[in-house]
Amino acid sequence: MIKVALKGLAGRKLRASLSAFAIILGVAMVSGTFVLTDTMNGAFDSIITQSYKNADVVVSGKTAFDTDSNGNTVQPPSFPESVLAKIKALPDVNAAAGSLTDDKTKLVGRDGKVVAKGGAPNLAFSVDPGGDQRFNPLEVTAGTWPEGPNQVAIDSGTASKQHYAVGDTIGIQSRGPVQTFHVAGIVKLPGVSIGGATMSVFDIPTAQKLFHRAGKLDVIRVQAKSGVSTPQLLAEIKPLLPATVQATDVAAQVKKDKKSVSFTSFIKYFLLAFAGIALFVGSFVIANTLSITIAQRVREFATLRTLGATRRQILKAVVIEAFVVGALGSVVGLFLGLGLAKGLNALFKVIGFDLPTAGTIFATRTIIVSLLVGIVITLVASLRPALRATRVPPIAAVREGATLPPGRFARLMPILALITLALGILLLGYGVLGHGLSTANRLVSLGFGVVLLFFGVSSNAARLVRPLASILGWPATRIGGAAGVLARDNTMRNTKRTASTASALMIGLALVTFVAILGQGIRTSFESAVDQLLKGNYALTATDTFTPLAVSAENQLAKAPNLTTISGVRAGSARIYGSTDNLTGADKNLAKVIHLDWKEGSTAVPAQLGMDGAFVDHKFAKKHHLTLGSPIKVTTPSNHTFTVHVKGVFKLPNGGSPFGSVTISNALFDKNYPSPENEMVFVNVRGGITDANTRILDQQVKGFADAKIQTSAQFKKNFERPINKILILLYVLLLLSVIVSLFGIVNTLVLTVFERTREIGMLRAVGMTRRQTRSMIRHESIVTALIGGVLGMAVGVFLALLVTHALSSEGIVFAVPWTSLVIFVVATILVGVLASIFPARRAARLNVLEALQYE
Amino acid sequence: MSETVAVPAQMAATAAAGEASSAGPVVSATDLTRRYGEGDTAVDALRGVSLDVPKGQLTAVMGPSGSGKSTLMHILAGLDKPTSGEVAIDGTAISKLNDSDLTKLRRRHIGFIFQFFNLLPMLTAEENILLPLSIAGAKPDRPWVDELLDRIGLADRRTHRPAELSGGQQQRVAIGRALVSKPTIVFADEPTGNLDSTTSGEILEVMRSSVDSYGQTTVMVTHDARAAAIADRILFLDDGLIVKELGRSDAHEVISVLEDIAAR
Repeated sequence: MIKVALKGLAGRKLRASLSAFAIILGVAMVSGTFVLTDTMNGAFDSIITQSYKNADVVVSGKTAFDTDSNGNTVQPPSFPESVLAKIKALPDVNAAAGSLTDDKTKLVGRDGKVVAKGGAPNLAFSVDPGGDQRFNPLEVTAGTWPEGPNQVAIDSGTASKQHYAVGDTIGIQSRGPVQTFHVAGIVKLPGVSIGGATMSVFDIPTAQKLFHRAGKLDVIRVQAKSGVSTPQLLAEIKPLLPATVQATDVAAQVKKDKKSVSFTSFIKYFLLAFAGIALFVGSFVIANTLSITIAQRVREFATLRTLGATRRQILKAVVIEAFVVGALGSVVGLFLGLGLAKGLNALFKVIGFDLPTAGTIFATRTIIVSLLVGIVITLVASLRPALRATRVPPIAAVREGATLPPGRFARLMPILALITLALGILLLGYGVLGHGLSTANRLVSLGFGVVLLFFGVSSNAARLVRPLASILGWPATRIGGAAGVLARDNTMRNTKRTASTASALMIGLALVTFVAILGQGIRTSFESAVDQLLKGNYALTATDTFTPLAVSAENQLAKAPNLTTISGVRAGSARIYGSTDNLTGADKNLAKVIHLDWKEGSTAVPAQLGMDGAFVDHKFAKKHHLTLGSPIKVTTPSNHTFTVHVKGVFKLPNGGSPFGSVTISNALFDKNYPSPENEMVFVNVRGGITDANTRILDQQVKGFADAKIQTSAQFKKNFERPINKILILLYVLLLLSVIVSLFGIVNTLVLTVFERTREIGMLRAVGMTRRQTRSMIRHESIVTALIGGVLGMAVGVFLALLVTHALSSEGIVFAVPWTSLVIFVVATILVGVLASIFPARRAARLNVLEALQYE
Repeated sequence: MSETVAVPAQMAATAAAGEASSAGPVVSATDLTRRYGEGDTAVDALRGVSLDVPKGQLTAVMGPSGSGKSTLMHILAGLDKPTSGEVAIDGTAISKLNDSDLTKLRRRHIGFIFQFFNLLPMLTAEENILLPLSIAGAKPDRPWVDELLDRIGLADRRTHRPAELSGGQQQRVAIGRALVSKPTIVFADEPTGNLDSTTSGEILEVMRSSVDSYGQTTVMVTHDARAAAIADRILFLDDGLIVKELGRSDAHEVISVLEDIAAR
């Protein structure tokens, strides 16, 4: 029986490979995700391990918390370099070296802009060019280590991308305006590509000056003499250290550092979610394709039954077929994943997320999980069609045109379908509107709700096919003439088949529509917030709008002759009420550039903050029961603690504000943060926004490669850019599911053409041209796609309505992006056209005579 | 000899004159009725048919379209269930059997030959022939299979697939498939219905020789008088009832009986 199943499969290679396609892309996404994230992890691991090579103990400043509210690692405070001499003097120390690190010293490219883009780190280090390099993870590939106040070594990636060679000059932007350095050497981390990050290396005195850390160090790496244990060495070092400095076992430090790059696991689950969607859609396609092939093989199953095959054997035969298709598809998908990993990485690069990579890691886990997921999903999807195959009675072997008998629960199906739909909507409603649910429960209920909703819509869709096809098929009957009319009628012939084919596309389009509406909602509420808040003429931000900017840029801009007001908003992290939160600083004249709606206090609040005042938004005030005069304890990353008192509470607009939970005066901020930065600086100028004023401001900050002057309108646009980028990322990832459903339409059409061979022969015999035949199939494909598209958009709008309602307190409004929806309809038609190319060609090529005799 | 309630005395005599073994008939049917549909639109395909199929004989069932001959064969073979009445195959009453017992009975006792051959296109001739054995998980008896291939004239075509064979050759494969497991009884449903007359002759010869050489009990439904002429016994059905029975007859006799029936 196994042989029969396998031979049968071999005899239907085309059909088998068509259904395999449904699983290939989903599995490729699973495997690609693992390969990509494993490779990233491998790169990070290797960077981390290398940066502590030969060290047993590492000495660094203590921080109050390791990561800030945005998930970035906090730079530990520096400590006096005198510590190094004391450690060196210990008898058990074989070697010790101090160094500095900085993430705010940036390489400036030939275009005058900062080289690292999109949040990629700007890594800066010190080396001791004369010392031994046992702790130095870097390797010089050309030139020498930098020595002296004007020398820098840069990473090989930047050198090749920006065409810098030893002896060239390059701009460095650190605390002040851009300075010019000579490239003394090109360096790299062996075996790792650092992605979009850049590295600049200086000798220790230069680094100390550049980073504003005269006489200080950030790290001391210590190697023990042989025979001395790490705990012993630690015990000797610890008494020498000031209270703000700690010594750590390198093994523990490596472990901790590896944990800090756990965002790769976020990427992993994020991408796996899309793999899951593609696989879900694929399971629809497989179930549908198998249903059709089984319906077409009724005679074969019946014959096997008359020859003594049991129902179980029939089941086994179908399941084995599915297994082989699933296994083959999964293997192809697994290897396709290697390519897809590169594609995903490229996609991340395009949206400005360029992460380090090392040699491709193809883990055993990747192989096992990919194959298992692909095979199990194919098997599950094949179960229902396989069970129906077992219901073929032997007598069908002697009946002409025998059809698949209805399933045992056929009569219950319509009711079951309605129940599924109702249950899905209920669960969604509960998940969105239910009060006092834990996040986990809410997500579970939403997840199951969405899955049930998709099942519910797809199992009820058969009833909608006729009305939808008559409406959506109308243009086809106009454009395609007789072929168009036949095409539309063909979609109504087997409403179940059309419905399940369209359902696969429905899922993809529902999610795309949902994302589009949500994106629009976020954009709309952000725009209204900016309109409400921003009074200033111009804003100065980093070129990417988000990275904080050294205060020196504000100071430079303040000298502009046309300026009437300048107001910087400082930003940093602090520990407030036990959690790491955003702390911002406001200038005295804030009220001139930002309009806040004060619930307590007045527009005078920013000017009255002094060295102990703060203002908060109304949500934060409500959460922590704050009123005027309430004290708030704030701990900075470098462990300074101070207390401020509430002097004002403003109403937080729905779309957010530039301010963190707590805002203090810039004076107090600068006192507590060693190198303060502005997230944005707002200015007013004489004469308002004019080209001349813009030019003057631009000229004023020309020395800062990472700064950008924007008018208030440009500022609004720039802030929307990341939303658009994320939307593009989501669209591209959802495209995968749409492609899977496109293959679903191809499958159905190819199988339909097989089935209607005789009919097509007849149509050709009575005068249908090849062109008309192609057009008939194409229109059938378009109408089917449109049914899926329209259903999907309806479901997407419904989901978006629910979710925007639930998020209305977060300020997300329900706004329909009409342009996007029109694009989706066009894309749906395109999917239909693409899906029809191959089946239409097959249909048009049929030999009329043979087709008429086809049995 | 079992009871032959509804069969006229002379028919029973003819049957007894045949080669029915002492073990009794291979298939016996009692009072079979089959009604399709309900109410006003109900059609009675069988209206009380009883018969015995004796061992080692070729029995032909004839009758005009709609006489119920196909329905009778489907019920005798356990493919369809009678509205009332009982069928026993090799002494086992089949109306009470569940699907899996019926399947096992089919494996052991029944071979089928179809009008449209029903071969699996992806299997070779030999694989098609061996299919019942592989489904049952039985080892083929090589000498028997070789003899069978010889007998049906496909010894040199065993690796061909159905698409590479003529209609007649395909039906030979189907005959081989029906005989390979040496079933108690072979049911043939219009075996020549899809073949030209020369090929039909060859196929009938093969079927006849299987009865003569192996004592293969066979029931054949046909409306081809020439096919009926190879039978040991011919049953005529009309309007759901057996109306006449003949022993070995030539085609002319068969045609005149059919004409009589048509004229009634």
